[in-house]
Formats: sequence, C-alpha cells, structure tokens
Amino acid sequence: MNEDLSYRQEFSIAGGDFSRAGEVSRRIKNLLKELGIDAQVVRRAAIASFEAEMNVIMYAVQGTVHLTVSLDEVRIVVDDRGPGIPDIELAMTEGYSTATKEMRELGFGAGMGLPNIKRNADAFRLFSEPGRGTRLEITMARDGRPS
Amino acid sequence: MTLRDVLTQIEGELLTPGCSLNLEFTRVFASDLMSDVLAFTGPGELLITGLVNGHVISTAAVADIAAVVFVQGKKPSAEVVKEALSSGLPLISTPLPMFDACNRIGSPRAGA
Repeated sequence: MNEDLSYRQEFSIAGGDFSRAGEVSRRIKNLLKELGIDAQVVRRAAIASFEAEMNVIMYAVQGTVHLTVSLDEVRIVVDDRGPGIPDIELAMTEGYSTATKEMRELGFGAGMGLPNIKRNADAFRLFSEPGRGTRLEITMARDGRPS
Repeated sequence: MTLRDVLTQIEGELLTPGCSLNLEFTRVFASDLMSDVLAFTGPGELLITGLVNGHVISTAAVADIAAVVFVQGKKPSAEVVKEALSSGLPLISTPLPMFDACNRIGSPRAGA
C-alpha cells in the first residue's frame, strides 16, 4: 500500500441518533464513486459501512469511521465507545441479535449485520473490550474479487 | 418488466413525480426486514415492503435498489418522499397486500 497516495477521511457517528442513520455511509458511497472506484466495490463498501453505522447507532455511545482509499484497496475502520461485544463468536452467528423491539420495528436488528459486513469484505477483523468499545477493520480490494 | 408495467399490474400510484417509468427490472425482493435487503439483494432490484420510514430510503440508497413499492396503501411522510426524490429513487404505493402485489408482479395479467 502506498501511504503517500492514500485518500483519508474521518466521520463521526452519534450513538442513538436514528434520525441521521445512513448519512455517513451515503457520504462514503458518494466519495468512493467520485474517486472512480468500481461500482461493485462501492456497493459492498456502502453496505458494510451502513451496517457498521447502524451498529454504532443502535448499541454504542459514539463512533468514528476512518476511511482510507489507497491505490489497491478501500479500508474502513470503525472505532466506538460503548458496551463492547462480550462474545464475538456468538455475535458473528447469523440470526443472533440483542436488538430492542424499537430497533426491530425500524427493520434492523435481525442478527445479520456483522455476518453481512464480513460477507462484503475481503478482509475482516473485529476486536472488542467489554465495557469500553469495539473496533472493526475491513478492507476491500479495489479491483474487485471473484464472487 | 418496466416501472410502468409494475404501476399498471399493482394499481400503483407513483409518489415521486418526474421519475422515469422506463426503468427495467429483472429481479424483485419483498421484505420488511432492511437487514435482509442489505444481505440478500443485488443492484437494480425492485423492493416491495410494508415499512415506510426513512431507513427504507437509506437502505435502498446504499444497496442500489432501483425503486420501492409500499403495500397496503401505505405512504411515507413528505419528508421521506423528498429524501427519495433527492436520491432519484422512485416510490410507488399500492392498495394491495404484500402477497397480492408479489403475485401480480410475478404473474402479470395479459392486457393489464
């Protein structure tokens, strides 16, 4: 990765602010489009960042998204302050969810978010310290990948 | 099938005037679960849903959904429609329930 030629931007997400849900991921999607990233990669990055954004809004106090676009990859890192994830393996199970009724009424919290982020990423890492927060790191190759 | 065909088949009302009715669809996805829309759709699909909140528009925008049909005569608020217009996302409302809307789109009636 050539660090000197990387494009970087940071976005802040307020936990609990459902009224602004989707704003950050839409900005990321528009930026990636403007940077001429492949449409399939843009869609995967937008979906993954939207899922991550919803997770911060639903569960955390505050989150920061770090977007880096280098010559060969799109990298998205989401750091949040919040309750963290006590059992990451369990949280990665499709259908497992700790969402409230309110979250489900909005159409989310089906336990598909983290698995779907992983599905859309070429590389996926998730770290969490219960009581402090969670860090999600995903990358997508700019030249796409075989589906 | 075009958006114009969909409007006719489901007795729909276009809520976003000015959107092209010549948009073509090859796949349709019906769900009230936006998590499933994010996980299981492909670009350019038609979404049929009973949810009318702003998250439907955000989900459709990130997932490259081509148009959204709201069933049971439901209509989103003016604010949500405005958001869809700014994203160039056509919205349709149909009086039909979800099953009937899917059935009509899946098995178009001749001359309808």
